[in-house]
Amino acid sequence: MLVLGPIGFAAPWLLAALIALPVLWLILRAMPPAPRRVAFPGVALLLGLADRVPVARRTPWWLLLLRLAAIAALILAFAGPVWKPVLQVPASGPLLVVLDAGWAAAPDWAGRQGRAERALAEAAAQGRPAALLLADGRADPGPLVLAPADTLLAGLRAAQPVSWATTYPDEPDALLADMPDGPLATLWIADGLDHPGRAALLAALAARGPVTVVPPSRPLRMLGLVEGEAPALMLAATGEAAGQDAPAILAIGPDPQGVSRELARLAPGAATGAGGITTRPVAIDLPPELRNRITRFQVEGDSHAGAVVLADDRVRRRKVGLVGDADRQAEGQQLLSPLHYLRRALAPGADLVEGGLGDVLDTAPDVVILVDQVEMAEAGELADWVEAGGLLIRFAGPRMAGFDRLIDEPLLPVILRQGGRDIGGALSWGDPRGLAPFAGDGIFAGLTAPADVAVRAQLMAQPAPELAGRTIAALSDNTPLITRDRRGEGQIVLVHVTANAEWSNLPLSGLFVEMLDRLVATARLTETAERADDREQPFWTPQTVLDGFGRAAPAEDLAPVPAADLAQGPGPGRPAGIYAAGERRVALNAGGGPVALAEWSGARVERRAETPGRDLKGWLLAAAALILVLDSLGSAAVARGGRVAAALLLGALLLVPPPAAWAQQGGGAQQGQGAQPADGEAAINPELIRAADEVALAYVLTGDEAVDEVSQEGLTGLSLALRQRTSVEPGRPVAIDLDRDDLAVLTLLYWPVTEDQPAPSPQAYLRLNHFLRSGGMILFDTRDGDLAGVGGPDMSAALRRLAAPLEVPPLAPIPEDHVLTRTFYLLDAFPGRWQGNPVWIEAPPAGAAAAEGVPFRQLNDGVSPVLIGGNSWAEAWAIDANGYPVYPIGRGWEGERQRELAFRFGINVVMYVLTGNYKSDQVHVPALLDRLRVEEELGP
Amino acid sequence: MTPGAADLRARAESASAHLPGLILSAERLAAVVAPGAHGLRRAGPGEDFWQYRPASQGDSARSIDWRRSARSDAQFVRDREAQTAQAVGLWVSAGQGMGYAGAPDRPAKGARAQLLALALGMVLLRGGEKVGLLGQPPRAGRAQAERLAQGLLAAQAGAGDGDAPEAQALRPHQRLVILSDFLTDPDWVAVLLARAASMGVTGVLMQVLDPDEENFPYAGAVDFRSVSGALRHDSRDAAGLRQAYLDRLAARRDWLRDRAQGAGWHFGHHATDHAPAVALGWLHRVLGG
Repeated sequence: MLVLGPIGFAAPWLLAALIALPVLWLILRAMPPAPRRVAFPGVALLLGLADRVPVARRTPWWLLLLRLAAIAALILAFAGPVWKPVLQVPASGPLLVVLDAGWAAAPDWAGRQGRAERALAEAAAQGRPAALLLADGRADPGPLVLAPADTLLAGLRAAQPVSWATTYPDEPDALLADMPDGPLATLWIADGLDHPGRAALLAALAARGPVTVVPPSRPLRMLGLVEGEAPALMLAATGEAAGQDAPAILAIGPDPQGVSRELARLAPGAATGAGGITTRPVAIDLPPELRNRITRFQVEGDSHAGAVVLADDRVRRRKVGLVGDADRQAEGQQLLSPLHYLRRALAPGADLVEGGLGDVLDTAPDVVILVDQVEMAEAGELADWVEAGGLLIRFAGPRMAGFDRLIDEPLLPVILRQGGRDIGGALSWGDPRGLAPFAGDGIFAGLTAPADVAVRAQLMAQPAPELAGRTIAALSDNTPLITRDRRGEGQIVLVHVTANAEWSNLPLSGLFVEMLDRLVATARLTETAERADDREQPFWTPQTVLDGFGRAAPAEDLAPVPAADLAQGPGPGRPAGIYAAGERRVALNAGGGPVALAEWSGARVERRAETPGRDLKGWLLAAAALILVLDSLGSAAVARGGRVAAALLLGALLLVPPPAAWAQQGGGAQQGQGAQPADGEAAINPELIRAADEVALAYVLTGDEAVDEVSQEGLTGLSLALRQRTSVEPGRPVAIDLDRDDLAVLTLLYWPVTEDQPAPSPQAYLRLNHFLRSGGMILFDTRDGDLAGVGGPDMSAALRRLAAPLEVPPLAPIPEDHVLTRTFYLLDAFPGRWQGNPVWIEAPPAGAAAAEGVPFRQLNDGVSPVLIGGNSWAEAWAIDANGYPVYPIGRGWEGERQRELAFRFGINVVMYVLTGNYKSDQVHVPALLDRLRVEEELGP
Repeated sequence: MTPGAADLRARAESASAHLPGLILSAERLAAVVAPGAHGLRRAGPGEDFWQYRPASQGDSARSIDWRRSARSDAQFVRDREAQTAQAVGLWVSAGQGMGYAGAPDRPAKGARAQLLALALGMVLLRGGEKVGLLGQPPRAGRAQAERLAQGLLAAQAGAGDGDAPEAQALRPHQRLVILSDFLTDPDWVAVLLARAASMGVTGVLMQVLDPDEENFPYAGAVDFRSVSGALRHDSRDAAGLRQAYLDRLAARRDWLRDRAQGAGWHFGHHATDHAPAVALGWLHRVLGG
């Protein structure tokens, strides 16, 4: 590399091309620009004239300069200029690359790999042998062996960070045993944290030769779980500035639909710094229902195993054992059972186990609730369990109150007086007592006692100096309501009232639930280490494991891990993840352990900022392109005058229109395609909005204007008749284009069948079928009632063609007893402009029989989706703008009578569509009336 | 009327507004065959009184001047002096070269020539003359101005750089106004003038040029092309050609002037950067004088 001042050139020989510039100057100067082209009508007068003094045309100097500058920029660019390059000290001898591969290396793994690859490639180019130490502790590397550097590249590229911390070989000397004597250059790509054995390895390597350390490029954030009464998270970060905002912690888990998503965001608390590491507590302050769903916590924006805390039993549901008298069996008496209130209060946030005390203790509960129990047989076992960290909650009750050796009762936080007391009873003074406000620093801090909670009876504690300290909730006269005492690792809580509404109405209040939640949340979950002693479960089977990037994967062929190993945290062979033993699950988290920053004494730490120098090639190429653009503009200006140049400039600007303009053009093109506009809102027919607002009859546009007009007039006439005669008050009829309009708001669709009507699109049939399924009705009118069957045009083929894709049920002519014959008028025929043709409707189900005493069968519990006939009803209903009928029917009075019947049919159909089988239900009216009459007769 | 024609007419109205109605010079009125602009000194259809003559067989009772007849026993008929209007033919070159404008703020030569032609036509119409485009029947009356405007605009641009009037369209004893740039081969002028002289037609040749064509303000390497692209001349030193061009242009004008004067015509030239009223005033003077 050639270095000139602050600029270095990677390919300096290319600079020799700069010598060619003066030659280019001459060549370019000799090549004149093209002549101007001028339109000039007087050319005829010029013909034959010779230039008197042919002027030698020269390229203007500034244009020449531009071109030379462009070429010079190109030459310089390809010569590989680097701003302030870092000069690699030519190293000799073998190279050892140490690559930290723990989870802390995952955030910028690709960069680390690239750095190592570069070093190996350089070594390969220089012919130096190399060795690669992947510090993931997965396999004991044995003594390192030097190999040609390029043979190591494949292994390097395949390497992935692991989900445990970087692990170094135990004995550096053994590792370096096979290394030849002489200097050994070491490149250590570190993850920034201190790990066991690092100092020893560093010392051993420094003794062999220079050690260059590449520190991580970005600060590292770790998330750990702090166990305790209230499990919390701890966010630790390295190299963080003081006032920097911490990222949110995402709580991820399945939502109620079972889809894994972000359930909550937790905000880290105030930061405390020590030794270059900032830690922030993160309280998991979530409702139990939400909290129990969480499967993992993750630092937002970080993807490595250390930023993930998998949730296991420790942050999840507590197992609560309920021990009490068995429920009373009768349904109504359940409300008297104390267990009922506890069950209802605890079930949303905890797993409940019920049974005898022995059975409950065998299930290893976190909390045991004893309801009014004394003299338990398993008291010793229970005491051991409490000593070992269990939370025992006891509720008072009549049995305890009446127990004569209450003073000797073990496992109580305070000594109780026998008998308890009654306040506000028939034989006592005073009123029932309310609750005193909770202590601001106690377990119930922040809860407010409802004013209407009153205690009528309680167990009294013997006055003692420690009584006040053990009371965590008191009545307004300062007598204890809830007392607590620590016993060994565990604690004992006594609620001095019953868990049912007998002694107080506390269990009826929301406060009871909140208090229980708080109490249960203090239960310490049983430790892994303790469970490791469990002889029945000596091995934990990995269920889900994390890779170094914090991605979960099923554990495929990992061997079960001995419980003792598991207690040591993740490591080779036991990656971070969820481990299960029996029904218990425990999470092994990568982060959270104590971390310290690594110190590199005696090694050269490579600073990121100076590593590669700034490559100027791109800038120079861009400058060359820009100069060439200027040159073309200048040439155009010379050749064609300023206007052409301006046009070129304008064209260049127009070539890059703003993206918004593209979007608009695209949208326009899409809309221009017409039939199916993409944005649905614009496509809604305003008529349909009106139809949704008021009832409106609808007809299908057939494309035949005459038919459509008849439909429109006919439905107008029918609408008018409905307005005049019934409480249905339809608006103007709506014309429906099946290919475009949504049918959801329609009820009755009149569809005149014409021969040359195009079949609607498949989408339209989808909408039609949905319309039919959701209670709509189509009235098909083939309008051929006068001609069908006598050799005239028959529309049945067209009807078949149009209706084939519809979900039409089996059809039958309207039975005499169909509800359609009596929804409004009593009808026995369904004439339109023609009459005497059968009208088809959904066939009655097979086996429907006429009920005795009922005028019609109970058919079609719903609305027939289609009604098919050929009576040309619209023509019978059609009225013109003045309200006069448009088409004649039959002749004379008979015809008018037929028109009236046609209107009655139309009204019946609309009623049928709108009310469904309501009229069918009217069959019960006679029976109801009968019954009323009988009751009236019996009454007086 | 199309918008273009309306616009052209409006501009022509304003250009011609300051001129009085033009009565063509009556230099040839004496010739009986050549219908003068005015009284033909014989009885015929006209406005002015000519003579009383005794009524003869064939005169209708309505034509008898009863006031004169009452002073004598015979019946007299009042004759009027026969009058007819001069016919003027207008021709504007529609060659592609006429579409040239040297600068965007100047009108094209063709547009200026059309404007001049129409303005002249309107002045003539105001004087009661018959005016028409060459090859179309001349008519009098204000409505003819509209037809003129439409006819001028409807003329299709020719395929070549220049075009020539149809010599066959000449009618005897017409006045003819030829507006062109006369930059292309001018042989047709000689042919036209010869035929015109034989038919007793006189008129005006008016050369309409762009200032760029008059001054030749070019320099350096220029590739000259005619508007239609048919002719081109590549020059490496346009400034050096200037004098030669101007000489040729002057020669062309001298030649045209000679021809015109030889045939009893007039020759004038007009540059589009001058006001059209100047050229119109000249035409008015030449035709009216």
